[in-house]
Amino acid sequence: MAIYLIVALDVLNGISSLFLLCLGLAIIFGMMKIINLAHGEFIMLGAYATVISANAGVNIWIAMLIVAPLFVGLVGLIIERCLIRFLYGRLVDSMLATWGLSLLIIGIITTIYGNTQQGVPTPLGGFSIGSYQSSYYTLFLAGMAIAMMALVYGVMRYTRWGLIARATMQNPAMAATLGVNPTRVYMSTFAIGAAITGLAGGLVAPVSGITPGMGGAYVAKAFMTVVGGGAAMLSGTMSAASLFGAVNQVGAYFTTPVYGEVLVFMAAIVLIRLLPQGISGRFFKGNL
Amino acid sequence: MAVRFSLVAQAVVVVLAIVAIAVIPGVIELFAMMQLTLFAAMAVLALSLAFIWGFGGILSFGQTAFFGLGGYAYAISAVNFQDSTPSILLAIIIPALFAAILGYFIFFGRISDVYLGVITLTVTLILFNCVNSTSGDEYRIGKALLGGFNGMPAVPTFNVPFYPDQVLSPEQSWWVTGGALLGVFLLLRLLLALPAGRIVVAVRENETRASLLGYDPRKVKLLTFILSGAIAGLAGALYVNWGAFVGPTIFSLSLSAEIIIWITVGGLGTLLGPVVGCVLIEYIVAYIGSQQALNSNLVLGAVLVVFVLLLPKGLVPTARDLLMRLVPAPKAKERLADGQVPPSAAASHMAGAE
Repeated sequence: MAIYLIVALDVLNGISSLFLLCLGLAIIFGMMKIINLAHGEFIMLGAYATVISANAGVNIWIAMLIVAPLFVGLVGLIIERCLIRFLYGRLVDSMLATWGLSLLIIGIITTIYGNTQQGVPTPLGGFSIGSYQSSYYTLFLAGMAIAMMALVYGVMRYTRWGLIARATMQNPAMAATLGVNPTRVYMSTFAIGAAITGLAGGLVAPVSGITPGMGGAYVAKAFMTVVGGGAAMLSGTMSAASLFGAVNQVGAYFTTPVYGEVLVFMAAIVLIRLLPQGISGRFFKGNL
Repeated sequence: MAVRFSLVAQAVVVVLAIVAIAVIPGVIELFAMMQLTLFAAMAVLALSLAFIWGFGGILSFGQTAFFGLGGYAYAISAVNFQDSTPSILLAIIIPALFAAILGYFIFFGRISDVYLGVITLTVTLILFNCVNSTSGDEYRIGKALLGGFNGMPAVPTFNVPFYPDQVLSPEQSWWVTGGALLGVFLLLRLLLALPAGRIVVAVRENETRASLLGYDPRKVKLLTFILSGAIAGLAGALYVNWGAFVGPTIFSLSLSAEIIIWITVGGLGTLLGPVVGCVLIEYIVAYIGSQQALNSNLVLGAVLVVFVLLLPKGLVPTARDLLMRLVPAPKAKERLADGQVPPSAAASHMAGAE
């Protein structure tokens, strides 16, 4: 019995961390049709911001929940102004440029901090179910995933800013004639997407090894989840993250973690073959 | 008149290239020649992606899947047969078969754009993960131990066909690798000049129009994909021959990224550009690796960003445009073996690539 609870917790953990890690990319892709391949490096920057400020004496919660998103949001803002804004509507070019950007960021961080692993201790303790151990941090991550989903949904659905953002996403020219400045909307959307990614980086910092190259482990999975999810950024990403997270953990439980990953990749290929527009292209059309 | 002139010019360039490949071992040192051998193997890989991306309009993020499969196919069969002749053939056939299966899945499912990128990327990751976890004695094919993360050391290098005990010297290896590069280049050049090549470009330019003219874009894309997979497999065999080693990092994402960088820098929609870009970038990376001041990621990343923003056409098309403006047209063609691609095709490659 206890083992099923633990596997269920693992699945929950897989889904919630995958969702958190993808949300920023999904917002940027869903709103602006820009694939940000430097996404993994935004996660890495968030993790570094957390570790460095926590080691400098800042409270770990403040470092994770405030410093990381603020810092990466700022970085995103600068990058949007200097690079991304020239690339709207050029999907392949934007992928190439952000790939270059990711190498550049890895290079900069390696030059500053060296190619060594950093880390912070995991806050919150553990608890045991039967003879198995789990940590409260898993539950906290799940709570954060739900909170972020609710927050993004609330902002997009019920605020004036969300209305403007959705309008610009649907028809920039029409929004512009109604007095909205699409440039500003794009700029802030990119910065917010980056900030959410930074938050995700901060949240995974205590449970992963932090190296300059760590983003590479996330970017392919995030890319796959967002594309598999399709255009609707919340429902699509949530459903794809649930599918892939569950496949990964259940696969890892029955075989090895390596084949768990391989199963996820295969699931992604089959999914894209069956639903070329992503999950939300078929099931949640027109949703957020 | 102009056509004949351009043919003569191209023949001259080819003869010059053959002479250069032949005399290089006598002119430069062994270390530099080994490096050139590596660059030439990589340039074959660059050509394989340059062909499907630049002319077929298919951006594969997983060209290293075929490169790695070729490398492993060569290594495994070379260890088993102790003869490189069938191994090189297998290194071409196995990736081509794999490309046929994957390409059937992709193109007959009418998957394109980002989705194609995701699939090729994930296939590479699957191969990397699987090969990476094959350490231990139970993972062996015939006499070949796969070795997991540590890879397969001491792979037999090329020998004279059907004479397993006559192993090629470094000079001969260079001739084979350089010759393979030239051969692949000429093969693709020829293909693009034939009606078959025109159809490939036509499908890139406008799929609907091509299919209305009676060509099946799915079949054309599939054949393009298979050819490119076969070339990448050959590059894998050449690469393993250079280092006598193959490991799972041959499937790595960073190598996939590097191929894309070579082509972006050299010029998409040409064949010469990717070769130039490959040699240039690989030289820079090797140079940076030999000194401590700068990180190679930093430089590569900066180069890619600058090229996408400021020089999106790449070096070779830009240089060609400049030459066209400076000197009368026939002379420009002499300088560039690629002169046949009209500037309009080079200019419109971005539309085709998307």
